[in-house]
Amino acid sequence: MSVKVITVGEKILGANEEKAKANKKRLDKHGILTINIMSSPGAGKTSLILSTIKHLGKKARIAVIEGDVASSVDAEKVNALGIPVVQINTAGGCHLDAFMVAEALDSLSLEKADLLFIENVGNLICPNNYLLGEDIRLMIASLPEGDDKPYKYPAMFADTDVVLLNKVDLQPYLDFDDAAFRKVVTGLNPDVIIFPVSCKTGAGMAAWFSWLEAALKSKQTK
Amino acid sequence: MHEASITESLLSLALEKASEAKAGKITRINLVVGELAGVVSECVQFYFDAISKNTLADGAVLSFETKPTRIRCRKCEKEFTPVNHDWSCPDCHEIGVEIVSGRECYMESIEVE
Repeated sequence: MSVKVITVGEKILGANEEKAKANKKRLDKHGILTINIMSSPGAGKTSLILSTIKHLGKKARIAVIEGDVASSVDAEKVNALGIPVVQINTAGGCHLDAFMVAEALDSLSLEKADLLFIENVGNLICPNNYLLGEDIRLMIASLPEGDDKPYKYPAMFADTDVVLLNKVDLQPYLDFDDAAFRKVVTGLNPDVIIFPVSCKTGAGMAAWFSWLEAALKSKQTK
Repeated sequence: MHEASITESLLSLALEKASEAKAGKITRINLVVGELAGVVSECVQFYFDAISKNTLADGAVLSFETKPTRIRCRKCEKEFTPVNHDWSCPDCHEIGVEIVSGRECYMESIEVE
C-alpha cells in the first residue's frame, strides 16, 4: 500500500485554544473580569482569593472556580464567605483546561458576577500551556520557594501579566534575594507587574487591591 | 499527567486529519516539540500505545523533532542557547532576554496508508 504524507501544521493544543476563546467571549458578554491564578502548591492562591474577597466582596460580585487534583477544602473556605464557587476535581490531572472551565461556567450565574477567580492546580509547568479564557494571568511566587524559580520555569514567568510575591513577612528568616528575582523576571517579561505582599499580615495588599479595582473598572467600561 | 492530556489531544487531531483524508491507517505522526514545552516524549509514546488501540492510529510511530531553547538578548540582540540556566547574554552580559524558540508543540504531518 502506498504511504501518503498529510501536512497538518497545527498546535497539538489548538482545540483547547479555540475553547478558551469561546469561554472568553462568553465572559466578555457579561463584562466579567477573569483572572487565572497559577502557582506552585502552597504559595498562597487560596489565601489571596480569601483576602481579596474580604476586601472587595462588598464592592464587586465575585465568583470562584476552584481547581484541585482532589478534595473540596478550598471551595468550602470560599463558600463559607458566601461566595458562589464551583469545584473542579481533575482526578489526578495537573492543570485545568478550557473544557473543564466551560463546564464550570454552566454552573455559575454569570449575570450575577463582576469578577471571576480561577484557581488553577498548584503546578508551575502544565497550567501555563492551557489557556482558559482569562483576561489576566496571575502568578504567585512565594519567598520560601527561592529567588531562582524563574530560571527553572521561564515560560510561566514570561507569560504572566502579574506576579504576586507572597510571604514577604518571612524575609528575615530566608536568603531570598529580591533584587536578583526582579532582575530575572523583568528580564524575561519587561511588562510584568510585581506586587510584594503578605496575605497573612496584609503587607502590600493595598496596592494589589487598588490595581484590581482599576482593572475591574476598565473592564466594565469596555 | 500533562502527557496524558497532550496525548489525547494529539490522537484526536491525527484521527480527524486521517478521516478527512479517508485514510485506512496512520503509520507515523511527526511532532515538533520545544525543550521548554515540558513534554516527555517517552511518556507520550507510552500513553499513545495504550489509547490508540483499535483506532486508525494503532501501531503508529510517534516521531519527535526537538527544538532547542534559543533566547535573544534584548539589548544587543545576540541569539544564544543558555547553558546551565545562565540566561545572561554571553556578549554584553545583560539579563533581559526574550525566548525565541523552545516552546513549540505542534503536529507537522501524519503519514497514512
